[in-house]
Amino acid sequence: MTTGVAIVGAAESDLGSTGRSILGLQTQAVTRALADAGLTLADVDGIATTGVGRFSATQLADHLGVVPTWTDSTFAGGSAFEMFVARATQAIRDGQCTTVVISFASNQRSARSRRLGGVFEPWVPEAQFEEPYDPLYPASYYAMATQAYLHRYGGTREQLAEVAVAAREWALLNPAAFRHEAGPITAADVIDAPMVSSPLTVADCCLVTDGGGAVVLTSLERARDLRRTPVEVLGYGERTTNTSFTTVDDLAVPGAVGAAADALGRAGITVADVDVLEVYDSFTITAALSIEGLGFCGRGEVLDFIADGRSRPGGSLPLNTNGGGLSYCHPGQYGVLLLVEAVRQLRGECGPRQVPGAEVAVAHGTGGILSTHATVVLGAAR
Amino acid sequence: MSWIPGEVPPADEMTADWWDATREHRLTVQACTACGHLQHPPRALCTGCGDTDHLVQQAASGAGTVDTYTVVHRPPRKDVETPYVVARVRLAEGPILLTRLSSEPAIGDAVTVGWVDLPDGRALPIFQPKETR
Repeated sequence: MTTGVAIVGAAESDLGSTGRSILGLQTQAVTRALADAGLTLADVDGIATTGVGRFSATQLADHLGVVPTWTDSTFAGGSAFEMFVARATQAIRDGQCTTVVISFASNQRSARSRRLGGVFEPWVPEAQFEEPYDPLYPASYYAMATQAYLHRYGGTREQLAEVAVAAREWALLNPAAFRHEAGPITAADVIDAPMVSSPLTVADCCLVTDGGGAVVLTSLERARDLRRTPVEVLGYGERTTNTSFTTVDDLAVPGAVGAAADALGRAGITVADVDVLEVYDSFTITAALSIEGLGFCGRGEVLDFIADGRSRPGGSLPLNTNGGGLSYCHPGQYGVLLLVEAVRQLRGECGPRQVPGAEVAVAHGTGGILSTHATVVLGAAR
Repeated sequence: MSWIPGEVPPADEMTADWWDATREHRLTVQACTACGHLQHPPRALCTGCGDTDHLVQQAASGAGTVDTYTVVHRPPRKDVETPYVVARVRLAEGPILLTRLSSEPAIGDAVTVGWVDLPDGRALPIFQPKETR
């Protein structure tokens, strides 16, 4: 099935430790993605972004000198960009706009703006009932989900470490990856790294880097006349499950289950049709729960499922082929870079890390503390 | 537990009864007398039936089990000693609380409530293994 909307441009901003401002990086991402599409800012009438400030899309539009007919600044953490694809697709189909840029950038490494306890908003219930106990936000939530999962299904930390080991293998093939030159790692390296919030060590946690990216969407009909192979939006789905540490009854079952079922159903495909999978790996457990939640294996099976190395380069389930948030780049809301890599894989532009013959990709974002879950199914329209 | 909590925001109209009970070291959960649903934290609406007029704070036994936990090794703010245990405790009545535990547990362990007093007279519920009570 098709939605009649396609991604026609994709790009990263500078990554790593840039010394640049948020809007400077945003501008890089947007202008590079437009250049990739063969379009200009004059073509843009829709903007979706977060992380600039309280009025993110408004601020970016102003900064770029654009007066959009459609904007979206849905703040849902790292999955917002997969949600934006759904919203943008609907807006383009509805005729409210013709050409949407979805973008994000952060300078959190240069600016040292990341806090282990998260952002304090004294008026929300969590400030009264949760933050007084000093959980790390979001690390302690993912740690507790890991503990619950391993207890329930009997897996080991060594097995979970495979997510980080595989991510590093991919990063070694990607010159843009923060850990490109860092060499391979073993499961022992991961579990012996300094503990952050047990059972997660620093090597189970994503990088803290600057970076950003952008994708450009327009109608598939118009996309056929542009310079790149169109990447069709085939399906999308989302779930929003919680903002509290205590809302979700069973931490081992993420909202990915429903989001993916909707997205795959809308696209009319099954997981067997997916050639390349880009999932948010804020932590090793995030990726593991996503693979399982998306339906690539049965409940409780993911650690055995990936144990054979199938998610590494050359394996049958190419996962996070840029090196992921764990070894490539993690600017705080990584979801836009899932889309950028999925698009590049479907276009066949990925050099040594290219998945041969990739025709269908899934990008799955997770935001907050397993709070928001959004899946996008993309297909090459050659 | 050698732990001095950071500043805890004041109660609001939804949470005042819960916090007032903590001054007497009484743990409560919010109950909807219309449908019997129990919930935490206190809200202005029952998430079970949508009722807004039949919400009361009801005594909890203080008994629960460890749903899951983590040992935190990096402090999120100054003046926090590490390591410490943060856990989800499932109360016997059903609702789940985020809390601290006095020692590293196993999932499923029985725990009971204890209290850490705040300078303003309120108190934070924490939990400890049942047998030490």
